[in-house]
Amino acid sequence: MVVGAVDTHGRYDTASLLLGLDLLPPRKVDGRSEFDLDAALARRPAVLVLDDLAHENPPGSRHPRRWQDVMELVESGVDVFTALNVEHVESLNDVVAEVTGTRVKETVPDAVIERADAVELVDLSPDELLERVRDGRVYLPGASPESTRRMFSRGSLLALRELALRRIAERVDVDVQAWRAQEGVASTWHTAERVLVCVGPSPSSTRLVRAGRRVAAGLRAPWVAACVEPPTGLRSAAAARVEESLTLAEALGAEVARLQGDAPAREILDYARRRNVTRIVIGKPTHPRLRDLVRGSLLDEVVRGSGEIDVLVIAGDEHPPEGRARDPRDEPRGSAAGYAWAVALVALATAASWVGRTVLAPPDLVMTYLLVVVLVSARFERGPATLAAALSVAMYDFFFVRPYFTFAVLDLRNTLTFAVMFAVASFTSGLTLRMRRQQGEARERERRTRALLSVARELSAAVDAPQALGALASHAAEVFDADVAVWSRDEGEPAVVATAGEPAVSDAEAARWCFERERPAGLGTDTLPRSKALCVPMKGRARVLGVLSVAPRDGAPLDGARRDLLDAFARLGASAMERATLAEDARRAAERARDEATRSALLSAVSHDLRTPLASITGAATTLRDDGDALSEAQRGELLDAVCDEAERMARMVNNLLDMTRLASGAVRVKREWVPLEEMVGSAMNRLERVLAGRPVSIDLPASLPLLSVDPVLFEQVLVNLLENAARHTPEGVAVDVSAEATEGGGVALTVADRGPGIAVGDESRVFEKFYRAPGAGPSGAGLGLTICEGIVRAHGGAITAARREGGGAEFRVVLPPAEGAPSVPEETAA
Amino acid sequence: MSDEDPLVLVVEDEAPMRRFMRASLGANGYRVIEATTRAEALAMVTGYHPDLVLLDLGLPDGDGIPLVRQLREWSQVAVVVVSARGREDDKVDALDAGADDYLTKPFGVRELLARMRVALRHGRAVGGGDEATLRFGPLKIDAARREVTVDGAAVHLTPTEYRMLTLLAKHAGKVVTHRQILTEVWGPSQTSQVHYVRVHMAELRKKVEADPARPRLILTEPGVGYRLKELPPEGE
Repeated sequence: MVVGAVDTHGRYDTASLLLGLDLLPPRKVDGRSEFDLDAALARRPAVLVLDDLAHENPPGSRHPRRWQDVMELVESGVDVFTALNVEHVESLNDVVAEVTGTRVKETVPDAVIERADAVELVDLSPDELLERVRDGRVYLPGASPESTRRMFSRGSLLALRELALRRIAERVDVDVQAWRAQEGVASTWHTAERVLVCVGPSPSSTRLVRAGRRVAAGLRAPWVAACVEPPTGLRSAAAARVEESLTLAEALGAEVARLQGDAPAREILDYARRRNVTRIVIGKPTHPRLRDLVRGSLLDEVVRGSGEIDVLVIAGDEHPPEGRARDPRDEPRGSAAGYAWAVALVALATAASWVGRTVLAPPDLVMTYLLVVVLVSARFERGPATLAAALSVAMYDFFFVRPYFTFAVLDLRNTLTFAVMFAVASFTSGLTLRMRRQQGEARERERRTRALLSVARELSAAVDAPQALGALASHAAEVFDADVAVWSRDEGEPAVVATAGEPAVSDAEAARWCFERERPAGLGTDTLPRSKALCVPMKGRARVLGVLSVAPRDGAPLDGARRDLLDAFARLGASAMERATLAEDARRAAERARDEATRSALLSAVSHDLRTPLASITGAATTLRDDGDALSEAQRGELLDAVCDEAERMARMVNNLLDMTRLASGAVRVKREWVPLEEMVGSAMNRLERVLAGRPVSIDLPASLPLLSVDPVLFEQVLVNLLENAARHTPEGVAVDVSAEATEGGGVALTVADRGPGIAVGDESRVFEKFYRAPGAGPSGAGLGLTICEGIVRAHGGAITAARREGGGAEFRVVLPPAEGAPSVPEETAA
Repeated sequence: MSDEDPLVLVVEDEAPMRRFMRASLGANGYRVIEATTRAEALAMVTGYHPDLVLLDLGLPDGDGIPLVRQLREWSQVAVVVVSARGREDDKVDALDAGADDYLTKPFGVRELLARMRVALRHGRAVGGGDEATLRFGPLKIDAARREVTVDGAAVHLTPTEYRMLTLLAKHAGKVVTHRQILTEVWGPSQTSQVHYVRVHMAELRKKVEADPARPRLILTEPGVGYRLKELPPEGE
């Protein structure tokens, strides 16, 4: 057992309790002792004692809060003993604030407390506690005496004690339920209960969330926090507040649902029905009743449509159909051009109307102005639209409404005209604005979809993992306007495998954490929030395959939609990596299967093909030794010939097997020299004198052939094998043709053709496979000769092909690429 | 078997190979002594002064090539090296170190005897003067008049071709490495220009061979060099 951090607040009796315990050396941050998480993780004690769960870590720590340290420790298998005060419990935060008048900032999410294996209440009656305060045995944080007095008033303490006892009772209740479930006791759990909390952009939404969690806890029901975004999206400030509430809800153990739709009430109710929600928690409206008349009341709609679902209305919130509400920042004010157009168009309309005033009736004139207003408001923003309306009214009034050339109005009916003009301007420009915003949103969405699509396309086109990850990084950099790195980790430390932009090396810690915990880390998360980059895990089916780290160039954390997009990127990347791995596995498996086939063929070659000549030799030799005297001279000669022939055949096979093995293992080194083809053909012919006996070979080598850059020993082997193959398949007396020609590209093509049975259709490339034997061919070879040819030719950068020869037979063609730097040979004249 | 019979030292670590050579060489009029290691071989050469050493290059106590070099420092004993196929570099090294010829395993006894015969003859001929006229099948070289004829017809050779031909003829029946030809014909500074030899050899063949693509006189030893075949004189 190790003590991680205990603040004794300089009190002797606390310090004395630590005597004899194993204390973890703290790390120093700005002269203050802080708990050293890495040391604790490295040490891996069975039990770690860590005081003050609600503690706030100094900036720059891995986690902003100590409870996060504790979670990490617990996940690494370390048991932790820790303590916290009741006022630090997140869901009680509001209640505590009401009781004590101080809002505690250092809260611990209820989910953390619920994760605890056991919760023990350290209870003390208020009187006793007050006595301890008087004795100075209670650490009072640096709060003002006023707040301290309020906090430690008897009434507050009683209330806080009640809260603590209730919270513990709740917990005990849950424990009892768990025990019952475990022991198979019939559950009294209301399985059907599910609570839905409607979260909006109102600042008091967090309060609603906490209330929702209390309701859910009271019912022991799972709960969901839902928000409805209008299709046009939320203004950034509102979106941030919604995000904050949802994050809080998640921390308190809620499931989070982001819904989308024009009619929030319907969306919420639909979702609630889908998820079998039994209770909806919604905020009390705080806006004036008038607004409900105009826009309809969300609360009202939810209540009316809720049917069998209970609706709890709780103080202080309202749901957000406010996407429509106008944010002065979003509202583009008129550009100078807009105003200029407004003035110009109105002037034009006025001039036109003036010219036509004698022919046109007043309603026609109004129509002219109305057209201007519609045009301006459709084309420009609210400002120019309003200006156009105002100017139109003014001009119309001034020039065309009696009394002329004054702004006075005699006929009241004209005011209606003015009102209509303003209304049209306002309505049209509002419509335009909304359309534009929707357009912008749609464009943004389309951009994201396109980004995803193009990434997906490129990833699926990538041939291997590095290429895929490179594409992923460059796309992410473009879409998020960020420096992007992809980390991978085989064993040990994560390493960057693909980048776009200039990723900071300092993100390694976030990347490693992300690998280990399989959760996002870095910018905008609870872990290493000071990191420049946000790291998201690329989760494969079995494990995290990589980490995508994105450092936005503007340094701002990504918002919800972009986070979703990033997650989608990470998923695409993971599946690309997985695909690459699978492809590689498949390739290896195929290779293994091929190796296996080769091995078994080799085994059969060695066992059968080598044993046959061996048997003949043994038979002949033993006959000669044991019964030599009884044999005639002719018989003895025959046996001796058999021994020699078979031995020669065996030698050839062994040579082939050896060559094959050396080629396959890559042990063959091509020692290129400049050699005339003729010389190699000649020495091959000499070597095969006996094999080719009785088969005339016609050799046609043009004198103009360039020198070949080949390994003379290896290339002679190619010729020998090809000629041998031709001889084997050609009946005696039939010619084998050897010819060569310079190719167009400057290389050399060599052809060895026979008039044997030829090659079966479709076997043209199979003849080069190991241990391939033409059907019907005798057992004279091991089926390696052509394979060796192919291996050698390929090692020379050339190609060998087999084809059916016109007029019957087979034709093998070796094409060598042109060789660079052919040497010159000093000329000489005949002496 | 008499003391006049040539004495052959077989340096070979494989017992079956020694047995085969003992039997076949004994039957063909050679006296055979045996060694199984390099050190033993050196001691035998100094002790018995054999006429020929049949040296396997793959010995248990090391490569045979240094032994060739060592022997050549003080002895003119004929050396024929034996090595496996695919070790052309070893053969060339051994030949350049002073070995007279080589054999590739597996070999037949006729081949073995032919090589040994040639090596022994050259060993004895060392220091002897050139014969005036050399004949190989249809080929006749008149050294005194620097005339070459094939089937009686005069052949015009360039100086280089003539020097190459006479070099091969001098070592008739023996392999001559590319390097040896280069050193003898072009001089010791040109030993990397192996293609000179090849190109001129092709020209030479066109002039002296009936069918250059199927040479009968000048044979190619792939990766090693050339050998002028000893054919009985014919024609004329």
